[in-house]
Amino acid sequence: MSSWLDYTINGLIVGNVYALVAVGLALIFGVSRLINFAQGSIYLVGAYIGWVAVVQLHTPLPLTIIVVAVAAALVGLIIERFGLRPLQNSVRIAPLLATIGISFVLDQLVMLTFSPNPRALPSQLPDVRFQVGGGTIGPLDLLIAGVGITSALLLFVFLRYSKLGWAIRATAQDRDAAMQMGVDVNRVNQAVFGIAAALGGVSGMLVGMYYNQIDTAMSLQATLKGVVAEVVGGAGNVPGAVVGSLLLGLVESYGVAVFGTSYRNLFAFLLLVVVLVLRPNGLFASARQAPPEPLTGTFIAPSRPVRIPRWALLVAAGVFAILPFFPVSFYVLQTLINAWLLGMLALSLTLVAGTIGQVSLGHAALLAIGAYTSALLSLNFSVPVGLAIIGGGLMSAALGTALISPSFRLRGHYVSIATLAIGEIVSLVILNWESVTRGPIGISGIPPLSLFGYDLISATSIYWFSFSAMVVLALLQGRLLGSHLGRSFRAIRDDDIAARAYGLSLNRYKSLAFIFGGFAAGVSGGIAAHLYSYINHETFNTQQSILALTVVILGGLGNVVGAILGSVALVGLPEVFRIAAEYRILIYGIVLLLLVRFRPQGLLGTI
Amino acid sequence: MAHHHTPMLSLRGLTRRFGGLTAVDAIDLDLAKGKLISIIGPNGAGKTTLFNLVTGLDRPDAGNVGFEGQDITGLSPERLAAGGIARTFQLGRVFGNLSVMDNVLIGAHTRLRAVKPAVPVIGPLLELGLALLRPASVKAEEEQLREEAKAILARFGERLLPRIDQPAYSLSYANRRRVEIARALALKPRLLLLDEPTAGMNPTETAEMQGLVAELKAEGLTILLIEHKLEMVMRLSDRVIVMDEGKKIAEGPGEAVRTDPKVIEAYLGHGLSRTAEQESAA
Repeated sequence: MSSWLDYTINGLIVGNVYALVAVGLALIFGVSRLINFAQGSIYLVGAYIGWVAVVQLHTPLPLTIIVVAVAAALVGLIIERFGLRPLQNSVRIAPLLATIGISFVLDQLVMLTFSPNPRALPSQLPDVRFQVGGGTIGPLDLLIAGVGITSALLLFVFLRYSKLGWAIRATAQDRDAAMQMGVDVNRVNQAVFGIAAALGGVSGMLVGMYYNQIDTAMSLQATLKGVVAEVVGGAGNVPGAVVGSLLLGLVESYGVAVFGTSYRNLFAFLLLVVVLVLRPNGLFASARQAPPEPLTGTFIAPSRPVRIPRWALLVAAGVFAILPFFPVSFYVLQTLINAWLLGMLALSLTLVAGTIGQVSLGHAALLAIGAYTSALLSLNFSVPVGLAIIGGGLMSAALGTALISPSFRLRGHYVSIATLAIGEIVSLVILNWESVTRGPIGISGIPPLSLFGYDLISATSIYWFSFSAMVVLALLQGRLLGSHLGRSFRAIRDDDIAARAYGLSLNRYKSLAFIFGGFAAGVSGGIAAHLYSYINHETFNTQQSILALTVVILGGLGNVVGAILGSVALVGLPEVFRIAAEYRILIYGIVLLLLVRFRPQGLLGTI
Repeated sequence: MAHHHTPMLSLRGLTRRFGGLTAVDAIDLDLAKGKLISIIGPNGAGKTTLFNLVTGLDRPDAGNVGFEGQDITGLSPERLAAGGIARTFQLGRVFGNLSVMDNVLIGAHTRLRAVKPAVPVIGPLLELGLALLRPASVKAEEEQLREEAKAILARFGERLLPRIDQPAYSLSYANRRRVEIARALALKPRLLLLDEPTAGMNPTETAEMQGLVAELKAEGLTILLIEHKLEMVMRLSDRVIVMDEGKKIAEGPGEAVRTDPKVIEAYLGHGLSRTAEQESAA
């Protein structure tokens, strides 16, 4: 009984921390209809500034809190001014992608400055526990609760009684009307980003103290948790975000109590998916809201795709096909094999995100499903590797589509959240389903690639194998785009309401897109499993999902040739310039930001 | 044949509320086959909401919608499109990145037969397979629809034909409206709902559009029209319905409605700016 009280207290305390992140997200969503994927990075920055203050500058606790809040707020202001304000008049997808890019850049900068190794963040508070009823509570718990409640009160007073607070609420209700009444929307955005960042930064510091550990993986987790809490409470609903956070904290805490620590996140993401599917407007929204306003602009940047003549494509394909006959180094072949594997993932994502407009942030999960299926088929059932890879593709198509299908009625940014959550769920299921996936140990000794009984060991044969798989998939996808399905997918992307009014079933066509795309990604994952010979639940991670998204945007959304060109460019150029591995993700983030800002249609244009 | 007397479209007590506002308030309407009814009224009267209720994009809080004698209340827009109801949108919702041709072909989507086998469960997978393999029947159907699409585009003279491969976002506002109507015609609708087809058009373009709607009516198409340009409404309509604040405030032949004191009041009461706007535009 006493432990239940402990779990409740723990749930509420953790919920308080989530609330600090979620309230910021809700404020930002309220005024700019944007889900800020960089919120977790500010939380991370806050934690490390706290570390610098406590460990290096030995600041007293109240000063530490102020330093963290001010520094994080500055970061927030910089993000708003230089990252998002220039995108005010661009397509709706642009700010979302920009926050993803910013998040990658910030995380990598922190990692490069402080190294990826975890650090201890002492709380400076006495280590005592007080008995409360049957449970115990420590000074840090009280501090977190105190900071949470104080910030909520301050925010309430600010929004309610200050002029800027009024302006923020007016903008959240009706941006255009607020502008016409003379509200300076830029100032409102600034204020909101500053407040959100200050809250997020302090939250990161408190969590670091709570677990006495900080590391760079905190960022994505915080974004995810904040988004879950915010969506549960209703996007843009500030009090809802607080309630959603406390609920999330409790659900996680009780889940851990019953099932164990490794299930913590699984509960968070399941809660998110359930809420998204059953009540996409949050727990507190009225059941029937006004239907969405007709959209005059499209989600994706209009452009005229660059037409590449067929002969040029044939020549390029021919050159790459005969490349191994020339004296190229093993290193070049190895790099290109990686490019072809990424190319297959990018083909999949460019169909799903580009052609039918479902911007998936969890695409690496499809690789994982394909890889595990193929590995287990060949190891446990002695299925020949070639067939096992196709099995991986089919499983990825079927399971991936089944997992995402409840989210088919979501639109815009919500699709991205759902896919991100589903990606995390897949990874957590792999981690916890030990009887099948071997859990955290991973699968080793996966047989090498083979075809008709011949093992493909040499770099040359692996090169040809992966290159031909990619070319076949690209040709099929090109054929798909030229059919009635291509135009149906694109119509759904451009305007799903008009598409429905002309008889296009969103479920049917989104399923078909995910089935086709899932197959390509599953094949890529399957080949990778046999190539690496060892995989675990972290082999296919969010970084790969974002890399694939960068490739897709670089090449041009929906553009088959662009996806392959983008893969070769993003895998090849860092090799050409011999950029150290730790800087690569930073560079991908910067490339994504520059593209969104200066060439949202990518190199070859949206198709 | 009771069918003969059943109206093509009949609305009974159709109501839709948004919070405290009743956007559509107990509307009754009967539209016989081959007739054209216009709905007029000031902005915010609930005309477009009424269209959304008829086409399944929104669900009524009360009342029902009958189409060819069947109750279609609350059916999905996909099913209603397949049943022969086509509409255009007030703000012009073409598929921006699709070519003019592809926009019109999407209009014909519900008529695709060769490529959409009516097999349960695996129907979609067969559709994917046929799209990739493209046997002769699929190719022939596509070719035939393209010819039909060209014929429909030819109804707009030289406005759209030279731009057939251009993306719709690059078209002028008036041409986008034309593409929307071409897309609606490609569905071969039995009931056509036009939401302000001449919005943003100059007098010449408006006259062209009026001519086209008159032709469609002469061909026997049943049409429900939302329009602000009274001149056009008076010429085309068999009957006119006036809406204000969600309610039907008048119904009858054009001239009778025009002189109805309630209608004049509604327009002068809160529609003055709109009329002034049109005059300055003309």
